[in-house]
Amino acid sequence: MALLEVENVRRSFGGLVALDRVTFQVKTGQIKAVIGPNGAGKTTLFNIISGLLEADAGQIFFRERSISGLQPYEIARAGVSRTFQNPSLFLQMNVLENVMVGRHNRTRWDFLGCCLRFPGQTKEEQSIREAALARLEHVGLAHLAAAPAGSLAFGQRRMVELARALATEPELLLLDEPASGLNTKEKQDLGNLIRKIRDQGITILLVEHDMSVVMDLSDDILVLHNGVPIAEGVPAVVQNDQKVISVYLGGEFQHVAASDKP
Amino acid sequence: MNRLRHILPFALFAVAIVAAQLCMRVTETEYYLTQLTMSLYYAIVVMGLCLLMGHAGQVSLGHGAFFAIGGYTSAVLTTHDFTRISSAVWPGWLEPAHLFVAKQDLYGGQTMTVSPWAAFLVAMVATFLVACLIGYPALRLRGHYLAMATLGFGLIVNKLVLASAIAGAADGINGVPEWTLGFGLVVSGKSTARVQNYYIACGLVLLLLLLLRNLVRSRVGRALAAIHDREIAANAMGIDTAAYKLKTFVLSAMLAATAGVFFTHYTGGIGPSEAGALKSVRYVALAAAGGMGSLWGVTGISTALNYFSLRGWFGSYDNAVFGVILILIISLAPAGPLQPLGHWLRRLLSRLFQGGRRPHGAA
Repeated sequence: MALLEVENVRRSFGGLVALDRVTFQVKTGQIKAVIGPNGAGKTTLFNIISGLLEADAGQIFFRERSISGLQPYEIARAGVSRTFQNPSLFLQMNVLENVMVGRHNRTRWDFLGCCLRFPGQTKEEQSIREAALARLEHVGLAHLAAAPAGSLAFGQRRMVELARALATEPELLLLDEPASGLNTKEKQDLGNLIRKIRDQGITILLVEHDMSVVMDLSDDILVLHNGVPIAEGVPAVVQNDQKVISVYLGGEFQHVAASDKP
Repeated sequence: MNRLRHILPFALFAVAIVAAQLCMRVTETEYYLTQLTMSLYYAIVVMGLCLLMGHAGQVSLGHGAFFAIGGYTSAVLTTHDFTRISSAVWPGWLEPAHLFVAKQDLYGGQTMTVSPWAAFLVAMVATFLVACLIGYPALRLRGHYLAMATLGFGLIVNKLVLASAIAGAADGINGVPEWTLGFGLVVSGKSTARVQNYYIACGLVLLLLLLLRNLVRSRVGRALAAIHDREIAANAMGIDTAAYKLKTFVLSAMLAATAGVFFTHYTGGIGPSEAGALKSVRYVALAAAGGMGSLWGVTGISTALNYFSLRGWFGSYDNAVFGVILILIISLAPAGPLQPLGHWLRRLLSRLFQGGRRPHGAA
């Protein structure tokens, strides 16, 4: 069953067409990757799925329900959570509080209840704290719970952001370049973590530059070039696709070959 | 231990309140309490701004107008004679609800005015509606639209008040009756009720501080901080940012209006200067001076500075002083002067404690 269906999505910025005729599906339980050279429209695609941008044309269905035109918070409540290319933690809070914000859409008490601190509200607050701590443990950063978010290293911020996204209990997790800026060891840990998350029943769609990470992790790959899908399939197929090699890998190889010349 | 730390500021505040009153009694300067009570009511407006600006990150330049809406609604309803309307429209069975109060005027005629409690409720509903009307369009956009909208709104309210005969035009409204709260408490400007009213104001401030502190340290408080910090990420995490900003704005407007109602009953009247743009800017300056997000800092600083202002310390430079304060704070200590002071104190304390422990370690 397709969890996410993107149908004929188009988006342009002024005269620049960032995405055009983008159609694909993400099946439940998959790890799917979107790859493509810089400027291929990957982040734009993510922003459209998560509601930060609106598509000019086309439809997006999540669990067979259209989510086009919904606000980001409504899409998050529907069960789609995301991380950002540049980790966007709330820097005025500590690490645990950042993850606690992720529990927002799974909890209920509003202004009045929080002002008056009803018994149910304090209990809920406790459950928010516990659930957030569990997510932090999941990504291996429970020991940093009380640290200010601004004091973390780049890779740690990534992980906290991932914990925050997991705290929303998503069905579909969108990861925008999760491996960028990480060292080799961190990339390995990330790969293991992503697999673990998938094994818990969370479907994953990721945008990534790092080919080794993508080929290693993904069940299915979509290749974008100048905003248009040019190939889709399992890693082995995509790797050997002539079009992909010429526009993407080929371009890179030629570039490397050219710079190697004396 | 943790609980003690939460209670400590409240206990200190309560001690300071009582100490201030006792000092004034001993030195026979209890008439100072009048200005102190007024500045405590003003502090409630600034507490609302603290929530809105310091926590949700939205700027309002119209809180003076909300104070005035509260005050004027109460003043008009409790002084205007509604005899004709009340007998024509209200059926007799509403009489026991105490919506109206029958009184004799100076000339022995019968007048019907709205009871203070009913007027307070009307003021709250009016503020709620107006704040929704102003906030709804402005807060759906990101940026300084709320500041612009509230600035314009404040100017309009000021001009409306000045132009309305029912609001007393440039003279404002006088002769607002006292407000019997119940439990033997009466909001009144009589000199015999001075001490009682000081404690009523203190009690109200403490109660609101407690409620706001609860709010700030909760799911809602975190959501507001998230909006303040990164609105896009907050929205993507499932927070309905527009609704939260609107609710916060309405809540802080209602706090300002509450202060206006109490103030008007306490001083027995209200004038158009309360709705002026300079008043609104003063509230923003006070919020900045208290450190924006710190409820305690904001309450303390705004009570003190308003008190000095009401005592006439700043003379005719009153508004200029608050302007200078705003500029100095924003350029020199954006987090407020109390935060560096707090850091310094904490460092001093920890050094003292370490100093006390070191001999043990050495031995």
